[in-house]
Amino acid sequence: MEKRVVFQARWLPWLLLLPQLAVIGVFFFWPAAQALIQSVQTEDPFGLRREFAGLQNFERLWQSESYLASFKTTALFSALVAFFGIAIALALATFADRILRGATAYRTLLILPYAVAPVVAGVLWMFMFSPSIGVLSWLLTQMGFDWNHLIHSGHAMALIVMAAVWKQISYNFLFFLAGLQSVPKSLIEAAAIDGAGPWRRFWSIQFPLLSPTTFFLLVINVVYAFFDTFAIVDATTQGGPGQSTNILVYKVYHDGFKNLDLGGSAAQSVVLMVIVIALTVVQFRYVEKKVNY
Amino acid sequence: MIENRPFLTFISHAVMWLGVLLVAFPLYLAFVASTHLPQDIVQAPMPLLPGAHLWESYQAALFGTGPLAGDKPPVAHMMIVSFVTAMVIALGKIAISLLSAFAVVYFRFPLRTLCFWAIFVTLMLPVEVRILPTYKVVADLGMLNSYAGLTIPLIASATATFLFRQFFLTVPDELAEAARMDGAGPMRFFKDILLPLSKTSMAALFVIQFIYGWNQYLWPLLATTSESMYPIVLGIRSMLGSSGESMVAWNLVMATAILAMIPPAIVVILMQKWFVKGLVDTEK
Repeated sequence: MEKRVVFQARWLPWLLLLPQLAVIGVFFFWPAAQALIQSVQTEDPFGLRREFAGLQNFERLWQSESYLASFKTTALFSALVAFFGIAIALALATFADRILRGATAYRTLLILPYAVAPVVAGVLWMFMFSPSIGVLSWLLTQMGFDWNHLIHSGHAMALIVMAAVWKQISYNFLFFLAGLQSVPKSLIEAAAIDGAGPWRRFWSIQFPLLSPTTFFLLVINVVYAFFDTFAIVDATTQGGPGQSTNILVYKVYHDGFKNLDLGGSAAQSVVLMVIVIALTVVQFRYVEKKVNY
Repeated sequence: MIENRPFLTFISHAVMWLGVLLVAFPLYLAFVASTHLPQDIVQAPMPLLPGAHLWESYQAALFGTGPLAGDKPPVAHMMIVSFVTAMVIALGKIAISLLSAFAVVYFRFPLRTLCFWAIFVTLMLPVEVRILPTYKVVADLGMLNSYAGLTIPLIASATATFLFRQFFLTVPDELAEAARMDGAGPMRFFKDILLPLSKTSMAALFVIQFIYGWNQYLWPLLATTSESMYPIVLGIRSMLGSSGESMVAWNLVMATAILAMIPPAIVVILMQKWFVKGLVDTEK
């Protein structure tokens, strides 16, 4: 789609674009190019010498057990976050869609976590599950379950998944609610007249019609789990215990800033870049074609 | 309502209550903790009803004064840093995206498509994938520990540019034609016609971007080293420190957490209509 009516000016459009182009040039493309270059170089920790190293950094990554473990951790983490985030939000949205009275009040409360910073979400959940003082961990202990996310890696993973899902429910909920409200009422009424109960109607009509929304949210939630959960991990587990919650984004920060492994960190950045590009492409292909029945 | 099923309606409300409980319980607990003395909190299980030390906790957290004050820097200043940062990021994103969308929609010039794609591609380059080099650029420019360093690198926005472009494309051509006939130049048209028409989109974007700016964590962590430039979300992290959990002044941490939530929560609740619209539109 293009405008038929345009203005004639030689320099004005460039002037208008200048601020945006300057910012993306200096803070996006230049650093991204640097990351690409550094990923094929090795540098000593003092930054004195740099040598071309080919794909050595990448080879080192693939041979590094901690990197592969971090990959698996991230995959598991994002799968859990996406699954629970979507399932809980879908259940809430489906019931919210049935409710006539008080719907606005429920919605207002349910969207609150969106406003909460990831690091605050992390702190709140850590506080509830802290082995020594947490209310919920105390409750678990009373029930005979020994919760300690500082020792047990499974518990640590569960903790960051809970905090991440809690924060993401609002977002998923709003999209599902919008999706459900655009399902034609006539379809549901026709099914009801034919004798289909609410359960049947959900699985045969609403759920299939929501599949574009679900697919879209799946991509968004994976992106969220990959890239926006740094603060949650940093506030709660800091990648531990051991390496059990060391997700890729946390590792790239840690290796670069704490261990000063520039080449390795740059190579990790490049791998992450490839992942974002892949996810963005999936998302935009979906926007064009939509998943449809 | 398709049919009247009282039991199902009851279940629906029960599920919603469960959802609200799940969402609100952590927030409630944070509030309760912020009203007790630290020694009451560390005695598991902590009390589940608000205590009597609300004012002292918030006074200590905000200004570092009063009977409960610890050795941590006051949060009031961090909130100012957060507020300025969030406002500059939100308004800056809206401003430069409006200008670039106007340029790519209403002008024809060489490399126009390339410019648009260059902006669009930044979607695929979040801070997380270019951490170190971006840090280096900002350090070389001497922008560490400054508002410029906290905001300018985050001010580019592919989503906002895209949103405004989509919106401008739906503005009837007749308006631009009429403006041209009346002798209005492009900037006059932009200021007097396009800007007033874009108000809704601007409000929607503002909500999303304000929250985005307020909740930034990784970038300030890199770009600030002095506590005087810490935004509040970093302040919370530094309060936890690496000391043992029983050493943490949980009442102050939770008071800070509540303070960190209030501004974005107010924006979301008061501008709920724009917020939902903004969320759905920016993802189209």
